[in-house]
Amino acid sequence: MTAAPATAPKRQRGGRPTANSADTRTRGPRQSVMSRSAAMLIMGVFTLYFLTPIWWLLTTSTKTGGEITSTAPLWFTADSLGTFFGNLGRLFSYGDGLFGRWLLNSALYAGVGALIGTIIAAMCGYALAKYEFRGREAIFNIVLSGVLVPATALALPLFLIFSQVNLTNTMWAVFLPSLVSPFGVYLARIYAAASVPGELLEAARLDGSGEIRTFFTVSTRLMAPALVTIFLFQFVAIWNNFFLPLIMLRDQDLFPVTLGLYAWNSQISQIPELRSLVIVGALVSILPLIIAFLALQRFWSSGLGAGSVK
Amino acid sequence: MTVISTPAEAPKAPPATRKNRSSGAQRRAVALFIAPFAILFLAFYAIPIVYAVVQSLLTVEREGTFGRPRQVFGGFVQYEQVFQNTAFWESVGRVLLFGAIQVPVMLGLALLFALLLDSPLLKGKKFFRLAFFAPYAVPGVIAAIMWGFLYSPSLSPFGAVTSNIDFLSGNLVLWAIANIVTWVYVGYNMLIIYSSLLAIPTEIYEAARLDGASNIQIAWRIKIPLVIPAIILTAVFSIIGTLQLLAEPQTLRSFSSAINSTFTPNLAVYTTASVPNYNLAAAFSVVLALATFILSFIFLKSTQRKVTQ
Repeated sequence: MTAAPATAPKRQRGGRPTANSADTRTRGPRQSVMSRSAAMLIMGVFTLYFLTPIWWLLTTSTKTGGEITSTAPLWFTADSLGTFFGNLGRLFSYGDGLFGRWLLNSALYAGVGALIGTIIAAMCGYALAKYEFRGREAIFNIVLSGVLVPATALALPLFLIFSQVNLTNTMWAVFLPSLVSPFGVYLARIYAAASVPGELLEAARLDGSGEIRTFFTVSTRLMAPALVTIFLFQFVAIWNNFFLPLIMLRDQDLFPVTLGLYAWNSQISQIPELRSLVIVGALVSILPLIIAFLALQRFWSSGLGAGSVK
Repeated sequence: MTVISTPAEAPKAPPATRKNRSSGAQRRAVALFIAPFAILFLAFYAIPIVYAVVQSLLTVEREGTFGRPRQVFGGFVQYEQVFQNTAFWESVGRVLLFGAIQVPVMLGLALLFALLLDSPLLKGKKFFRLAFFAPYAVPGVIAAIMWGFLYSPSLSPFGAVTSNIDFLSGNLVLWAIANIVTWVYVGYNMLIIYSSLLAIPTEIYEAARLDGASNIQIAWRIKIPLVIPAIILTAVFSIIGTLQLLAEPQTLRSFSSAINSTFTPNLAVYTTASVPNYNLAAAFSVVLALATFILSFIFLKSTQRKVTQ
C-alpha cells in the first residue's frame, strides 16, 4: 500500500465525545485520501450486507401476501402503514393469540432466566476471585471446562433425565437448565479480580459490613459493566436456544417465540397465509433484543473486552 | 488511668477474635456464594454428562419380538454403531469442511473491521459498530428463515442473482448456511476483538511512530499480536458453534430439499433421538461433546504455546 508515513496521532479512544475532534486532528495533511476512502468503502459495502436483510424484513412486513412478490421488494407500498398494522393484528390474533403467548414465554425464559443466572454466576465468580480457599482452582477449572461443553450435547441427556421425573413439556424443562452459565462465572471472576480492590473489602469488613452485604451493596456496583455483559450474553443465549425447547416441548403454549416461528415456517406449504405472519413475527421478535442492545450499549461495550484480556 | 488502660488493652483482644470470627464468616460466605451455581452446575451439566455416558453404554433388549424392552449393559456396542454410521461421519466431515472455511473467513473479516474501527481512517465509528453488531440480535432460527426467503428465487429481492444461482441446491446450501452464520456472528466477534484493541495503551503506538512505523506496520506488528488472546477466544467459540450447527440447517430444510435429516452431527442426534433410539443418540452426543472439547482444547493449547514463544 502507498500509505504515507502518518504523523504521530495522539488519539482519544472509544466513543467518547472527544473522539471526533481527535480524529480530525489525526487526519493530518496526508493521511492519504486513498486509504481513507478505501476504509469507508469497505465499511459501507459491509453495512449494506449487514442491514439489507433487516431492511427487507421491515419492508416486507408492510405488505400483503400477494404484494410480497408483486411489488418492489426493498421499498414500501402506498398503503404500507395500514397493511403493517393489519399484519400485526392478524399476527397477534392468529390461533387465539398464540404469538403473544410465545413472546411472553421468551421474555420469561430469557429475561427471568438471565437475571437469576447472572446473579448466581456473579456470586460464584466473585467468590473465586476474592477469597482464598481450598479447591478454588479446581472449581475454576471445572467451570472452565464447562465453557467448552456444547450446550446441544446436554440437551438430549437433560431430556432423558427430565422425562424420568415427568418434567418434560413443562416450562421448568427449558427454564432451569438455562440458569447455568459457566462463561458468566468466568467473566465475573476476571472482572471481579480486576475491578474490586481487596483493600475496599478489608475496609468494609472493618466497618462491620458482612460479606454478603458487601457483595450486594459495594462489589456489584463495581462489577456493573460485567454484570450487564453477562446478563446480555445469557439473555441472547437463552433467547436463541433452539435445541433444548425443540426437544423438550410439545405443547405450543409453552414455546418460545423462535420455536413458534420455526413451527409456523415449516407449515407454510400447507397454510400459505402463514408466510406473511412468519415475516412480521420475525420482525417483532428481533425488536426486543435490538432495543435491549441499544439501551444497554454503554454498559456492555465496556464489559465485553473483559473475557479476552488475560 | 484506667480510662487509658482500657483502650490499650481492648485493641489486643478484639482483633484476634474478630479475625477468627470473620474468617469463619468468610468461609460461610464463600459457601453461600458458590452453592447456588455448584448445585445447578451439578444438576444440569455434570449429571447429564454422566447420564449420557451411562446411557450410551446401555442397550435395549427384548424378550422375543413383542416382549418388553429392557435396558442391559451393552459395553461399547453403541460406539461400534457410531463408528460404522457413515451418515454420521459424513455429517462430521461436512461441518469440519464448513468450519475450516467459514471460521477463518469470519474471524478475518472481524479482525479487519476491528482494526478499521480502531484506525484513524474512519468516520462514524459508532454507526458502523452498531450496524455490524445488529445481526447478532437475530436468533439463528429467525436468521435462517429470513435468508431462506432471500435465497428463494420467487421471493428474493435479488431475483436476478437467485434465479441464476440456486443457493439452496445440494452444492451450495452448505455455503448458504455459512453465509447466514457469518452474517450473524461477524459483528459479535468484531466487538470482542475491538474492545481488546481499545485496551492497548496508546503510548505503544507513539513509540512505534517515533521509530517510523506506518499504520499498516503498527497493525501487523503491534495490534494483531496483542489481540491474539481475543482472537483465540472467538476462535474457540466458533469451533464449538460449528460442531453444534442445528438451528440453521433444520430451519432451512423447509426451503431446501438438499438438507437431509443427518446433514450436521446435531441433526443426526436429533433424528436418532426421535426414532427413538436414545442409547445410540446418547453415544452420538458423547462422541460429539468429546470431539468439540478436544478440538477446542488442542486449539487453545497449540495457540498458547505459539503466543508465549
